[in-house]
Order: sequence, then structure tokens, then C-alpha cells
Amino acid sequence: MLSIDKLHVAYGQSKVINNLCLDVKPGEIVAIMGRNGMGKTTLMKSLIGIIPSRSGSIKIGETPPESLENLESYQRVAKGLAYVPQGRMIFPALSVRENIETGLTVTGQTTVPPLIYELFPVLLEMKDRRGGNLSGGQQQQLAIARALASNPKVLLLDEPTEGIQPSIIKEIARTLCRIRDEMGLSIVVSEQVLSFTLDMADRVLVIEKGEFVHDSPRAGIDEKKVSAFLSV
Amino acid sequence: MIGDYTYTEFTSILAMQGFAGLTLFSVFVLMALGLAIIFGQMGVINMAHGEFMILGAYMTYLCSQFFSVYLPSLFSIYFFFAMILAFAASFLLGMLVEWGLIRFLYRRPLDTLLATWGLSLILQQAYRSIFGAREVGVTLPDWLMGSIALTDIIEIPINGLFVMGLTALITLGVYFGMFRSNWGKRMRAVVQNRTMAGAVGINTKMVDRMTFGLGCGIAGIAGSAFTMIGSTGPTAGQLYIVDTFLIVVFGGAGSLIGTIASAFSISQAQSTIEFFLSGSMAKVLTLLTVVGILMLRPQGLFTLKIRR
Repeated sequence: MLSIDKLHVAYGQSKVINNLCLDVKPGEIVAIMGRNGMGKTTLMKSLIGIIPSRSGSIKIGETPPESLENLESYQRVAKGLAYVPQGRMIFPALSVRENIETGLTVTGQTTVPPLIYELFPVLLEMKDRRGGNLSGGQQQQLAIARALASNPKVLLLDEPTEGIQPSIIKEIARTLCRIRDEMGLSIVVSEQVLSFTLDMADRVLVIEKGEFVHDSPRAGIDEKKVSAFLSV
Repeated sequence: MIGDYTYTEFTSILAMQGFAGLTLFSVFVLMALGLAIIFGQMGVINMAHGEFMILGAYMTYLCSQFFSVYLPSLFSIYFFFAMILAFAASFLLGMLVEWGLIRFLYRRPLDTLLATWGLSLILQQAYRSIFGAREVGVTLPDWLMGSIALTDIIEIPINGLFVMGLTALITLGVYFGMFRSNWGKRMRAVVQNRTMAGAVGINTKMVDRMTFGLGCGIAGIAGSAFTMIGSTGPTAGQLYIVDTFLIVVFGGAGSLIGTIASAFSISQAQSTIEFFLSGSMAKVLTLLTVVGILMLRPQGLFTLKIRR
């Protein structure tokens, strides 16, 4: 569904992503784990087009796959990529409903699909409040809802558990699985919390200095080895 | 007796100066609405805003000349065509300026000040070369001239009423455009977080260009209305730009209600004080008051209450 081939990303002279390849199957949840500064966020940003990539290809879809690497962010969204950034980045002065509606731009629709409020009932309750007045966990749900509104094929999430209490982390894991099952999309999530990853991912990758150094399905994962990569 | 005036004379003066203030208020609001979008929302310090207004005024002047020579039968309604032309000209020039200049400066607000100041000088000289240095005035159609006598002393000019009606209409239009339409939602999303707006699927470059063009277009309509109360010269825009910025900052950047409230208080204060003291004293007093209030309340009269 999403295939990345020989992707290179650099800030000036410092190379952050080196020759990265990844294939995400339809309906698969892939977790990318790694310590700080190993390139998780840079990878996510280059996939959605906030940071330009130096070389390599990014393709989305099955029949036929479409190239994304030369498109602007909004065009990538139109092709079926959606992005939930680190730190949520909702629009603070827009109401909750308006925040979700901004995600509808590429679909041409004007009303929020009921499934989104079904997944996040708290957002329906607060739909007329300003996004900036929500709590961190609610803002995280809003950011996911906004991304889902564009009806994506692949959902990118950058550290969705950052700064959120453990019980809500579990809830987010359940919701992501439900989104995958009901909407049939693929999910790529970057993460540092191993327990959260094991709750939902089908496949766990470890990124180190811009390269994948470990790749295994969740079943039969060597937990000790992965946590060794994550410890400093 | 109040001073040299009897009580009825005094209230009539207040009423008429109040009305003159309302006309000034209308032009201020029209000017400030464009700037509230460009400065209040986009954060671009557009020093050339006055020149966009004057462009609208010159378009109105051209229109009136054209209609009086070639279509005298339609002269009575030329003003409506003039407003459309004024909007279109300023809108297109605004889009061009955004494409050629402003889009490179979104992260550098102070540089927009210098760049647009330069632009304003260029435009002023262009007007001087094209239309001449002398001020021009438009001929109003008959139905816009004259006044309605409310009492023996109080007279209300018709063109003032027309400008007020126009302002109310455009203000409503801008309100619905900004807060009730899909376009407005996208615009607010873009100005709050340009990168993220792109990443949820909004074509930010297009929205920026339309927004800037629209702000300039509204200034063009303000210029059109301006021809009714003053004559148009190459530098006439300069006289209004300071007042307009004052209104937007005093009202609270990004708040439409604030812009209207501050335009109202500043124009009313000025036109009422102007009658009893001199024009410059009126300016000094209003400026002092505004500076005083802004020292106590730097965010302006109206602000959004949200966690940041």
C-alpha cells in the first residue's frame, strides 16, 4: 500500500535518513521504534512532504502505485496519505468541528462522516469548543480525527503517545486497531513506548541513524532485543 | 446655554458631527476590514494598503469619466460598476503582489513592512505619472447628492447614508466569508499553522494568494467609497494608513468585532472633537487615549480566549 525505496533525507550536510526501504501491506500496522534523534520524525515529515527528500521514491496505492516524492503536501493528502504530527498541531482558534472539517478539503465533502464521531465520542460532545481549549489527550484524538476526515489509504502517526496518560494510551491503541479494521487502511506509527507498540502493531521496525536495523512481526518478537535498541 | 450655543444647537451639532463621524467610520471600517484580514490574520504589515485603496478611487474616477462621455444614459448607476471595477483591479494587483513579493516574506513580518513601504512609493509615483499630481474628484450622480433634512437644523447627507449601507453589507459579507464559509475556515487554518494546513490537504499557496487579494480588493471598495467624501490624489492613501493600522491594533488583531468597535470609537471621537477644537488637537487627544489604553491592554480591545 505504501512503498518507500532508497529514500535519502538530509538537513544541509547532515544525512538523517539513509537509503531507507519499507513496504507496508494493505491493512497492516507498522511501528517504527527508535531512540531520540534516530530519524523517526524526519522520516514522517519527509513522507508527508514537509521536508523535501534528496532522492528515492515514495509510492502509494496498489493499482497502479502513484509516486508522491515530487508532490506538495496537500497533493499527497489528496492521493491518500494522512498525517498526525508529533505534538498534535491542531488549529487552536478553530472549533473542534472546524478542525475536523479542514481535513475534508480534499474529499470535497462538507459534513463530518458519522464514523469519526463514533470512534471519538468525546469530540462530538465538545464539537463547538475551540481546539486549543481541549486537554492533551483530547487534542490527540482530534488530530487523528482530522487526519481520518481526508479518507486516507495510509495513516502516518508521529509519536501519538507523547505526554499522554497510560489509560488513554491503551485506548488510543484500541482505537487505532478499530480504525484499521473498519476503514481498512494501513497505519505507520513512530513510537518509543514498547508496550503500546505490542498492543497494536503487526510488525515492528527499529530505526537507528536513519536505517532500519531490526524488522520482525509481532508474533515471536524478541522483546529483550528491541528494548536493548531503545535503551540509551 | 453651552458655550456660545443654545441647547438645541448643541445637540444638533453633536448629531451632525456624529453623522459625519459615522461616514468616516464607514470608510475606516472598509479600510480596516481589508487590513484586518491581511495584518490581523496573515500577519503581513502591508504599508501599501492605502495605495490599494487609492487604486480603487482612481478606478472609480476613470469609471465616472467613461460613463459621462460614452454612456451618459447609464451615468446614474455608474457607481456600482465602479465598485466592481475597483474591487477587481485591487484584487488582481493584490494577487500579483502576493505572488511576486509577499509569499517570500511570510516568516519575516518586519521585512514585509520595508518591502510594502517600497511598493507604496512605487505605486504613488505610478499614480503621479499616469493620473498627474493634481487631485481629481468624481461627479456624483444626482440621486447621491443633497441631503435629508431631519429637523430645521439637522441635515443628513445622502452619500453618507449610501456609504454606511455599503459598509454594513460588506462587513456582513466578510463576516460570513471568514467565519461561516469553507473558504474562511481554510484561511484561518492556514494563518494559524501554514505547514500543518498543507499536511491536512489544504492548498496553502492558493489560499494565501486569494486571502491577500481579497484584503486588497476590499481596500479597493473602500477607495471607491472614499471618492464620495474626499478628492483623490497620488498620496491620499498615506493619510489613512496610520489610522487604519491604529484601528486594527486597537481593536485586537484578528477580531472583526474589535476592528468595528475601535473604528467606531476612534472616528466618533475624532469628528466630534474636531468641531470644537482643531483637527490636530483631535488627533493628539485620540492618539493619547489609544496609547494609554494599549499600555494597559496591549492585546487590544477584543481577543480570543484560548490556551496557547
